[in-house]
Amino acid sequence: MSKGLLEIHDLVTSFKTDSGWVRAVDKVSFSVDAGKSVGLVGESGCGKTVTAMSIVDLLPKPSGHVLEGEILLKGEDLRTVSDSRLRKVRGGEVGVIFQEPMTALNPVHRIGKQLVEVIRLHKRIGARKALQVAIEWLEKVGIPDPASRVMAYPHQLSGGMRQRVMIAMALCCEPELVIADEPTTALDVTVQAQILELLEQMRRDLGMSVLLITHDLGVIAEQCEEVVVMYAGRVVEKGAVEDVFKNPAHAYTKGLLNSIPRLENERKSELNTIPGQVASIADFVSGCRFCQRMGRRSTMIHRRPPYVEIADGHWVEACRECYEG
Amino acid sequence: MSNQISKKNRPLLEVNNLKQYFPVKGGVFGRKVGDVKAVDGVSLKIGKGETLGLVGESGCGKSTLGKSIVRLLKPTAGSIHFQGNDITHMAQPALRPLRQDFQMVFQDPAESLDSRMNVNELVAEPLIIQHMGNARQRRERVAELLDKVGLPKSAAQKFPFEFSGGQRQRIGIARALAVNPDLLILDEPVSALDVSVQAQVINLLLELQRELGLSYLFIAHDLAVVKHVSDRVAVMYLGKLVEEAPADELYEDPKHAYTKALFTAIPVPDPGNQRKRTILEGEVPSPINPPAGSAFGSRINHPDYEKTIGVDLTPVEVSPGHLVAPDVCCLEPEVYAGLTKEEPSE
Repeated sequence: MSKGLLEIHDLVTSFKTDSGWVRAVDKVSFSVDAGKSVGLVGESGCGKTVTAMSIVDLLPKPSGHVLEGEILLKGEDLRTVSDSRLRKVRGGEVGVIFQEPMTALNPVHRIGKQLVEVIRLHKRIGARKALQVAIEWLEKVGIPDPASRVMAYPHQLSGGMRQRVMIAMALCCEPELVIADEPTTALDVTVQAQILELLEQMRRDLGMSVLLITHDLGVIAEQCEEVVVMYAGRVVEKGAVEDVFKNPAHAYTKGLLNSIPRLENERKSELNTIPGQVASIADFVSGCRFCQRMGRRSTMIHRRPPYVEIADGHWVEACRECYEG
Repeated sequence: MSNQISKKNRPLLEVNNLKQYFPVKGGVFGRKVGDVKAVDGVSLKIGKGETLGLVGESGCGKSTLGKSIVRLLKPTAGSIHFQGNDITHMAQPALRPLRQDFQMVFQDPAESLDSRMNVNELVAEPLIIQHMGNARQRRERVAELLDKVGLPKSAAQKFPFEFSGGQRQRIGIARALAVNPDLLILDEPVSALDVSVQAQVINLLLELQRELGLSYLFIAHDLAVVKHVSDRVAVMYLGKLVEEAPADELYEDPKHAYTKALFTAIPVPDPGNQRKRTILEGEVPSPINPPAGSAFGSRINHPDYEKTIGVDLTPVEVSPGHLVAPDVCCLEPEVYAGLTKEEPSE
């Protein structure tokens, strides 16, 4: 594999529940190269957000733990660094955009103060200078009249504007990698289009990498160069967006792509579906979990399928039932 | 518009110039200081076995319109005719028997189902309210309904929390179907579901419609989903309809700038085939203080916005069955010219 900006090897993240430890993320590996945008896609509960939060150690404590694996940011394993170093990484080298800006922003502080706090944590500049930087960033993310808006509280802004503030906060220290966790899910389509355009423009201008987490395959197709498809805590397929969308190899990826209603479909035609539903996390089998959903009793239920590279950089979890190789 | 329809050929549901305002209270004494015009003069019709899709962004009033139609709210003005009966101001006791024929399915089944009732009680509740059958008959009906929506018999004794989101939505649908309605108001029925489960529920709704001849008002913000299930689609913006057309025609030949923007804003899961996204400036304005003229014209700062102030923007026909608001800001010049020419000067 190429040397990526971010490399994740065999990440295992577990949560302590009433019924014991469960593996929300089970040996996930992928990398994000410098300047690339990578999409992490899957249905709710597949572990995509947990994967992302494991990178910057923002898992809910004390129940969530990274148990195994390496998280290499430019070769430095974030699992072994000190807390103070991790604080420098978080917000400094890695910016994070959360799904719901209303809960991620502090409602009792003005947005200017919150931006200044981030800036001064990572840069040795005075408060007045930092406020200047904050205003510049609000302008860059397209907030009209930024000089007066820095004095606004989050509730005084609309959903789209709050998400712009979140983006400004994630980018104001010019990180090399931005993790965007469902940045547009709470927004309307026309506002989503604005925010995606802004993210893309920022990525081009600043030359940063983006790890975009979403359940929307359309967003991935329009926004990303590479895609990692997750199912039930595992990566089932990954590769260039072109390859994965045009030649999906795993039955789950195919099922997912086929079940989206498309504008060019014949109206009222029957949509393809994936039968069954994701098993509860406590019941995950050690083998192929998509076979588990389909109710297959293959040997693959007991043995974890290997990964194979079917084309340059296009990997699939090669279960005998789910992948015809 | 109601005069154009002959009596014998009346649609199942007919809504005329419906307005639903909510008072805004302010000051120390909580006096009314204004109105939120959530629904501001909407007219629509749904025929038997037909699906009308209603799309729009959050806050445009589409859910309020749905609630207003089933009379969960008291409409401010306008009229609602269901099967020829005027239900606009009907009192609740008179309305109750009619409720058999129109039912509602809500967006979030986790919130709309009482968590202390088991599925049997949940699905049988509408039957009890409508005095239908005895306990044994109701139990049989519940079993039949669960089978119809694809849930196992054993589900009857379980509670909502024991089900996944998709299954809960099936319970919501079974509950709505219990009293054999003719019309279902579906308020974002699949928005909370993952795509693979969403497809299952959409298929179920289509199948039920074929089998039972149901009519749907399908409210959603996802244009691709709406187009898939609907015969006709109406687009709503800030309390008003801006365009309505047969589903295929709306997709192939949208006239209103907002409809066009909505179509191009949807991300398509098809890399390489990237259309030019129309990036709209600004966001949906507040319905408390709506612009005097074209709401969309003011959002995009159209130079001709002033011309729309005081103009009636009720959608008119551009071609048979295709209605669009005669809004100078939002239409191609030739379309606009065609619309205004045809209108007789009364």
